[in-house]
Amino acid sequence: MSKLLLRGIEKRYGEVAAVAGLDLELREGEFVSLLGPSGCGKTTTLRMIAGFIEPTAGTIEMNGQVLSSPSGALPPEKRQMSMIFQSYAVWPNMTVGENVAFGLELRKLPREDIRRRVGEILEVVHMGHLAARYPAELSGGQQQRVALARAIVIQPQVLLLDEPLSNLDANLREEMRFEIRRLHDEFRITTVYVTHDQAEAMVTSDRIAVMNLGRIEQVADPHTLYNRPKTRFVAGFIGRTNFIEGNAGNGQIAFGSFALPALEGAPASGKVTVSVRPQSMRLSRAQGANGRPQVAVTIAERAYLGEFWDYVVTPADSAMKLRVTTPPLEIYQVGESAWLAFDPNQMTPIA
Amino acid sequence: MTAALDHLAPAAPTRRFRLADPSMILWIVMIAILVFLIASPMVRLVVSSFQDPETGRLTIANYIEAYGRARHLQALWNTLVFGSGVAVLACLFGVPLAWAISRTDMPAKGFIRLMVFGAFIIPPYLGAIGWILLAGPNAGWLNKVWIALTGADHGIFNVYSMTGLIVVVAVTSFPYVFVFTSGALDLVSSEMEDAANILGAGTIRTTFRITLPLVLPAIVGGLIISFLEAIALFGAPALIALPARFQVVSTQLWQFFEYPVRVEQAAAYAMPLLLITIFMFWLQRTLLGRRGYTTVSGKGGERRVTRLGPWRWVMLGYALFVCALSVFLPMLVLTQAAFAKAWGRGFSLDNLSLQNFRYLLFEQTQAQQAIINTFVYSGITAFAAIGLSLAIAYVVTRKLVPWSNVLAFLCMAPFVIPGIVLAIGFYAAYAPPPLALYGTGTILVLAYTTRFLPIAYTSSAAGMRSVNPEMEEAVRILGGGRLTAIRRVLAPLLKRNLAGAWILVFIPAARELSSAIFLVGPNTRVISVMLFDLSEEGNFEVLSALGMILLVTTLVIAAIGFKAIGRDFMVRNA
Repeated sequence: MSKLLLRGIEKRYGEVAAVAGLDLELREGEFVSLLGPSGCGKTTTLRMIAGFIEPTAGTIEMNGQVLSSPSGALPPEKRQMSMIFQSYAVWPNMTVGENVAFGLELRKLPREDIRRRVGEILEVVHMGHLAARYPAELSGGQQQRVALARAIVIQPQVLLLDEPLSNLDANLREEMRFEIRRLHDEFRITTVYVTHDQAEAMVTSDRIAVMNLGRIEQVADPHTLYNRPKTRFVAGFIGRTNFIEGNAGNGQIAFGSFALPALEGAPASGKVTVSVRPQSMRLSRAQGANGRPQVAVTIAERAYLGEFWDYVVTPADSAMKLRVTTPPLEIYQVGESAWLAFDPNQMTPIA
Repeated sequence: MTAALDHLAPAAPTRRFRLADPSMILWIVMIAILVFLIASPMVRLVVSSFQDPETGRLTIANYIEAYGRARHLQALWNTLVFGSGVAVLACLFGVPLAWAISRTDMPAKGFIRLMVFGAFIIPPYLGAIGWILLAGPNAGWLNKVWIALTGADHGIFNVYSMTGLIVVVAVTSFPYVFVFTSGALDLVSSEMEDAANILGAGTIRTTFRITLPLVLPAIVGGLIISFLEAIALFGAPALIALPARFQVVSTQLWQFFEYPVRVEQAAAYAMPLLLITIFMFWLQRTLLGRRGYTTVSGKGGERRVTRLGPWRWVMLGYALFVCALSVFLPMLVLTQAAFAKAWGRGFSLDNLSLQNFRYLLFEQTQAQQAIINTFVYSGITAFAAIGLSLAIAYVVTRKLVPWSNVLAFLCMAPFVIPGIVLAIGFYAAYAPPPLALYGTGTILVLAYTTRFLPIAYTSSAAGMRSVNPEMEEAVRILGGGRLTAIRRVLAPLLKRNLAGAWILVFIPAARELSSAIFLVGPNTRVISVMLFDLSEEGNFEVLSALGMILLVTTLVIAAIGFKAIGRDFMVRNA
């Protein structure tokens, strides 16, 4: 049985649909990210799961029990979930210890139990020594840890995170990604994580649901999502890519001045769009590359980014522009001719 | 068949018009309170202005009566002259001081700022009493000094004149212009001025062509507020205009309440005051809200001071002159009179006495009663206004009910109702049966609560906005209801805000005169009304002592507020 089930949920504000018919299923203990640009409806979805917003259509079920439907919704305080907010929402009028103990107090646990569990969870997030501090005396990262401890200590049915790292600086953000994954591995709480940062989603998640315009475009594990994107939006949103358009037929796909063998999953005939990652192609001065299809190109633009070169190349007799990256020591001049090799295994036809 | 389908259909109650919906009940309760406090008195005011006092039939006789006499029209004209004079003079005082403090290297800025705040704290009627002692014909201190210096046989100052009234009120209302102007000046980036300097404009040209025009909307805003404050005043005009034998609208309204009380005519006569106020506030919003002028935007570059060179001492001299008119001189003579056996005998040890205070605090029961009434009514008002406005601000910011902006609008509506007009509305609505509240403390508290509801609501709404809703949502997702969230998180977080708002309501309520004068009964007199009554007896020593009691108490409470909440709380909420 699924832990959390979203069935055709929709949220309309007048004419505008913030969430337009969305289905999602989470298994017990699974970590799923909702990833998408701002305004794609991911936060609205999360807040509907939490019960702060009621859906205008569809249902949300947990453990087979309906929580939300258009005719009514269980209020957030009755859902046994917990949530980590973008602002952390650590209460400034309570100490770290009091913040973490709050949810346990509401559950009327014995004092001794509360004290022990607060102590334990603060150790887990490395905040044990700061239990008596007030939030104003903590750094952003420490407040984040308090918010995590406060949410986890009640052992919620579902843990919700709303862009929890967006207010941290870059280094800390990277560290906290792994911290969140570590806590998940330790406690195995079913988790929904909202973010617009693909790296964050890829580090933390078992599966990622890429959202656009109020719908889910694709749900898959990070590897599949990157290597086998189903839609143009997913391919463009997760990592950088080139889209090239061609015509399928006779067992191959023709791209104007050159042709490549037909790809698995592509239609046998008609127009095809293919996504090619910049690092999946190889530039070389000499022809011949282990039998991979090759085309002659001219270097049109280049930029050196330290970790790699970023080239824009144009195949001969074509207006097409392709981004290709190479290691720092593979240097080509603008205007120079070269050979570009494709790897059919790393090319994905896009619906 | 149809019946069977109906039976199977899921229960989907239509949300909006379910009366049992708790949010709907909440809305109805709040709207009922606001209608009782605001809409009902104002509707009553308008209706009774068209009603025959005997038969209750519709008539325009009240208007004919109210505007049919030359002296009534003259009072209207006088009010316009008075208000305009005050506004212009307040600008002459307020703008240079704001510029000097905000943008120049004038010395003693902190002190001047404090004195401007002092001028803000002094109720205009108290300033007026000070000026009667200073510039009363012949006996006034300034005239005595003049006679002593020049050997003239009579003084040259006469406070009992239109000019006198304008000066007296302008020195207490220039802080409005000051606050508006310096607020805007603090936001104008020096880069604006640098851009003019680099093109070859000198300091003076830059100031007049760039800086001041940029803050012009703010200055006009302050001008309008001074005008409106002045025309709504009752105390100072009553103290000065009546002996000078001319009337303004507020004093004329007061005359309608002398026996026999003609509420209907008063209501008709109050209409221009109400309409002018509404129009001017609309004008002010339009002026301040216009885009294009909003280069005055929070951010953008540092702000440097203009070096005045030797002129900075001239500027300081002018600032001290303004402070002398508004604070030093009136306060000096008031203090002297409060501690004097007879104020005319001047500053000498054998004239020193505590008798006035002893008389007020221990001998005269009416005064004791008035002091107690003042603080009890103001305290209750502050609690009531904040309680109500906080509940409404919560409902509005959390959008708990439909049409919540109606609630917000009603809360802010008293802002455009002059106190004197509000009082007449309350008198018309609640003095007669069935409520028959005239002469009770209740009607005063209700009127005060209505009058200061906008202040309380502004503070409460600002407080609510300052608390991230996620703070409350974090409580709810962990299993606490709304009430738990309010009790454990929201209330502790808003404590300081609410304490500040309490003081902001308490202080003006404690010194309120314009609405009190129409609503007090024999047992519900407050200090401000008593001051006014004492002035008719001409006992300036006791009068000054009572004024000192009011002022010192106000100052102590403001000081506690400063200490507890931070120095900027009055400015921030203004």
